[in-house]
Amino acid sequence: MLTAPSLGYLLLSPMIIVFAAAVIGVLVEAFMGKTHRAAVQLTISIGALLLALVQLWRIRDLSSTTAAVNSVTIDKAGIFLQATVVVLALIAVLLIADQENFTAQASAVPGSNEEAVALLQKNQQTEIFPLFLFAVGGMMLFPVATDLITLFVALEVFSLPLYLLAGLSRRRRLLSQEAALKYFLLGAYASAFFLFGAAFLYGYAGTISLVGISSAAGSANEVFLLIGIIFVSIGLLFKISAVPFHSWTPDVYQGAPTPITAFMAACTKVAAFGALLRIFYIGFAEAQTIWQPIITVIAILTMVLGSVVAIAQRDVKRMLAYSSIAHAGFLLSGVVALSKDGLAASLFYLMAYGLTTLAAFGIIGLVRDSTGEVTDLNRWVGLGKKSPLVGSVFAFLLLSFAGIPLTSGFIGKFAIFSAAYQSGNIAIVVSGVLASAIAAFFYIRVIIMIFFTDPVNDSVSVIIPSVKSKISISVATVASLIFGVAPSWLLTSATNFATFIK
Amino acid sequence: MAVANYLYLSAILFTIGAIGVVVRRNSIVVFMCIELMLNAANLAFVTFARINGNLEGQVVAFFTMVVAACEVVVGLAIIVTIYRSRRSASVDDASLLKR
Repeated sequence: MLTAPSLGYLLLSPMIIVFAAAVIGVLVEAFMGKTHRAAVQLTISIGALLLALVQLWRIRDLSSTTAAVNSVTIDKAGIFLQATVVVLALIAVLLIADQENFTAQASAVPGSNEEAVALLQKNQQTEIFPLFLFAVGGMMLFPVATDLITLFVALEVFSLPLYLLAGLSRRRRLLSQEAALKYFLLGAYASAFFLFGAAFLYGYAGTISLVGISSAAGSANEVFLLIGIIFVSIGLLFKISAVPFHSWTPDVYQGAPTPITAFMAACTKVAAFGALLRIFYIGFAEAQTIWQPIITVIAILTMVLGSVVAIAQRDVKRMLAYSSIAHAGFLLSGVVALSKDGLAASLFYLMAYGLTTLAAFGIIGLVRDSTGEVTDLNRWVGLGKKSPLVGSVFAFLLLSFAGIPLTSGFIGKFAIFSAAYQSGNIAIVVSGVLASAIAAFFYIRVIIMIFFTDPVNDSVSVIIPSVKSKISISVATVASLIFGVAPSWLLTSATNFATFIK
Repeated sequence: MAVANYLYLSAILFTIGAIGVVVRRNSIVVFMCIELMLNAANLAFVTFARINGNLEGQVVAFFTMVVAACEVVVGLAIIVTIYRSRRSASVDDASLLKR
């Protein structure tokens, strides 16, 4: 007699809402006329994300945490990570809603007649919204997945839409398509490694659940475990762009449409780090002697290389890409700490970093000349004099990246380094502080360029943002400011939510 | 024949795929090498299912096939778009983004 498995729909409801909205978005795209389609798609996206957030709030204190026959564990940390993804996605969708950043018809050859006609007739496709929602749904699933199948499926569900989104820029389409190709080939390569590692973890433990892998310790073939840990880590370290798996990051960040870069930089980090934390804290906890030294070395390499190479960058988006690599290194010290404090600090850091990143890329999208966005740093010279407000907001965000006191970046770095220090990992703390000092140099150099150098090129200007971008950038900036000046609320909730349930 | 031989085969297939991705220049061939890696992982899953005496590994293999199919859809879409705009599917020609 077969019994129907209990899925736990209530716990899954935030994800179901987002996925259902994505499917509805596909139908709207197929059947609705072009006049109101963009508005409808935006409403569906925002509505679904808000509903998901409400639903997350409602399930935050439920005692049962496993759903879908133990393949998903919606514990406290899982809810916090999901909420972080949804909040960041809500801010990002307002940037994405600026349709003129995206190509009217992705299938039209760049520079062709077809493309020009589509632009002229305002035949703008709006498939970015469903793709965006699928990615968000996958990102919500990834940090709560507790078996290897669900992890792999979630990884692909959020990656595949991102590969496509990276190629949808309206201007400089060849660059954008090239970014999509690179991201796709390298991303698929990394997920093949992840899957091969997962196979060996299954061979080692005889089960695909993370808890089973952890409890098999000592009783099975350690070689399988070693191969499994290494290959699964390669897949995950690629997604968080840790050295030596970072080479795609600058290219993709530069080539992708800026709103997508913002979304990708903020939300992928949250999802990938969420899953990384869960896998290492639960699945590999018993094997920490194997992975802790390796991840420590990778963390140190990542933060140092990210900070040093960022100095040499001439392009704002590439500079922020290297800065995001450095931040991945800082975040890895929270993984190595392997303690409740480390987890709480990572949760805080992810939220703070995500907000700052969204606002920073939002501002990059505003600096333009007649051909489109200007990302060459040399042409940003004197921007603060032309537009003091945008200049000072960007300077504030850079200071937050650098981790100057009174910004959320400082609180995050302080929390994560003290967690690493308490776990006895002095090397990572010392290199973290040194890397931050190097990083502060180039952030401050950019601030000096913006404010204290006379403008040379007059064709570059700051456009007046649309209302949606305005809301998005100001919400992200203000939140980042608040979490820097009065971080106690977010810190307390991160600490309260910092539990993984086995 | 010992079941472990299938594991060796899977490791060899995976290595061929992994090296192919690095060495080959045509993006379609690179993509095929990635598919080869996924199938090597599938073979490992099925072999381990046999060794461990449970079905979970075979279930994973089914999921992997579905995911690989989705990947083909997205991947070929990207490669074909690039080919249409450049008349070339070589990964070396795609080098506008400076290193």
